Amino acid sequence: MSAVVDTRIVSFVRRFDPAVATAFGCIILLLIVGGMYSSNFWSPEYLIQQIKVASFLGVIATGMMMIILLGQIDLSVPWVVTVGAMMSCAVVGHGTAGAILAIPFGIFCGVVIGLINGFGVAYLRIPSMIVTLATNAVAQGLMVVYTGGFSPQDSASPAMRYLATGFVIPGLPNSVIAWAVIGAIAVFVLTRTTFGRSIYGIGNSEKAAYLSGINTRRIVMIVFGISGGLAAFGGVLLAGYASKAAQSMGDAYLLPAIAAVVLGGTSILGGRGSYLGTVAGVMLITLLQSILSVLQMPEYGRQIIYGLVIISMLLLYGRAKPLR
Amino acid sequence: MKDWRFWFAEQRGIFTAIGIFLVMFVIYTTNHPAGFNANIAQTASNKGVLLAFVAMAQALVVITSGIDLSVGMIFTLTNCLASWLVSGSPLHVAFGAIVVLLVGAICGAINGAVVIFGRLQPIVATIATGAIYYGIALALRPTPGGTVDETLADALTGKLFSTIPASLVALVIVVLVVWIPFSRSVTGRAAYAVGSSEQAAFMSGVPIKRAKFVAYTLAGLLAGIGGLFLTFFTYTGEAAYASGNAYTLFSIASVVLGGVSLMGGRGSAIGAIFGAIAFRTIGDLLFVFDFDPLWQPLFQGVVLLLAVSLGAFDLLRVRNRLEWFG
Repeated sequence: MSAVVDTRIVSFVRRFDPAVATAFGCIILLLIVGGMYSSNFWSPEYLIQQIKVASFLGVIATGMMMIILLGQIDLSVPWVVTVGAMMSCAVVGHGTAGAILAIPFGIFCGVVIGLINGFGVAYLRIPSMIVTLATNAVAQGLMVVYTGGFSPQDSASPAMRYLATGFVIPGLPNSVIAWAVIGAIAVFVLTRTTFGRSIYGIGNSEKAAYLSGINTRRIVMIVFGISGGLAAFGGVLLAGYASKAAQSMGDAYLLPAIAAVVLGGTSILGGRGSYLGTVAGVMLITLLQSILSVLQMPEYGRQIIYGLVIISMLLLYGRAKPLR
Repeated sequence: MKDWRFWFAEQRGIFTAIGIFLVMFVIYTTNHPAGFNANIAQTASNKGVLLAFVAMAQALVVITSGIDLSVGMIFTLTNCLASWLVSGSPLHVAFGAIVVLLVGAICGAINGAVVIFGRLQPIVATIATGAIYYGIALALRPTPGGTVDETLADALTGKLFSTIPASLVALVIVVLVVWIPFSRSVTGRAAYAVGSSEQAAFMSGVPIKRAKFVAYTLAGLLAGIGGLFLTFFTYTGEAAYASGNAYTLFSIASVVLGGVSLMGGRGSAIGAIFGAIAFRTIGDLLFVFDFDPLWQPLFQGVVLLLAVSLGAFDLLRVRNRLEWFG
């Protein structure tokens, strides 16, 4: 019996990615540094608040992680987030049916944009950086035409607000539960299904995956659809949090989402990475932003430190092998 | 005869870009209410040249199969710096301009060092350095302001012999001084080799590190020239996050329109310049057709999407399905 437990521990330790360990180590370091500055840092209220703020980024980063696992990138996140927020708010104005359909419709719009991205990448074989850039521009154009360039007057539905700020379980915000559910599904899909394993396979070598009988193009397209849906759902949550949508509300989420995924040890070249790492990356980025704002660091200092931290963390464990 | 066909095949990207540009420009000028004159050429070239510098910078890095997502931020940083330094006595102005360009080159060199010696992926590394450059720009100019030497600014954005746009001449000079020597040097050829296959280049003893480092540094320099010109056009410095990001994204779009392969090893900065000017002209088309300016972002996006989808026609020539995966 104990031998079984031993091998389990050994295999657990062996499977534990040094990158994930470093990321968690940095989180603890940040908490200690923050705790020295102010005792509020260790209060449950503050930590819950941090996890709540992290949940929005977490939902968006989940989709981004799947894309990066494929060895692709999704630069359309900013305006897909905004489309999700604006479209769900826009539907709210249309009576009871609108209020019910608000959340699904927002997500649906994101899925459509994601599928267009996926079609371009998988079937037309255009580099993902370009397709997603172009759909981002189109989504922005559509929203500018729709809103006339101003922030729309529509507001979020009660259901959206409840999802983002309410409490089903006392003390645990609903948005955190939403992230936990999405995260659990992501872990299950990535580790326990053929679909998830195919994502890793395609990320390692799409050619090899294709030759082993995987319909790689369909999977790539579906993953882009999922990512679009998740980004739009992040937008729905944000709209519920702020109780309305705003122009370019998604701009602040593209770089943090990529940074969170990469800091969590997922290889930007695809095929390698764990969801636990992404969770660590999301928490790390959120805590860093929070500490910098608690320290009342001016915006320029935040940007500089933000960049320096990402580079130094990557230098710790994100380096490529030298050519030989 | 064979040589000629090889040459043509290699330059196909540039010719496509020139073609798109000519079509757009003819539509633009023939429909312009004032017709074609030197003033229209001057305005069009001033707007196009800015993006052309940044696109050239992007092209240099993309040729080595890297990407520089910080070009827009170097552009913004040098703009802010120039609004402090490039004014006063002629000596001050000259000194300031040199410092600005030097800072651009240093930013590029830092990118290169992080990518080459840190062995980080360019896409993430330059996102991070871009944040740093933007932070410095914001520290220099928390609010828009500053001045620039107006005599020099007007000379470089005006017209030569009251016909030729001066900014276009400056662009040509930069191409002759920076791009042509680079692309013909050993280092330049090495940059192409690295882009085609880094492993093969390494095995053949090509100076990989030098090629990449020079490409990133020159990219910083070119973005710095762009930033300097932005100051000449606007007379002020502004740490605008949205505009810096837009220039980064537009530079990638221009590079693709200009026939530079994102996989590296194919294309040239000349193509990227035409890609940039074509991209700008597309944006201006709506203006001459008197559409609501609100439609401009959508129109630009749709044209971009269609333009990049054109590349998919190459799929029709694929004989073996494995070629799908490059």
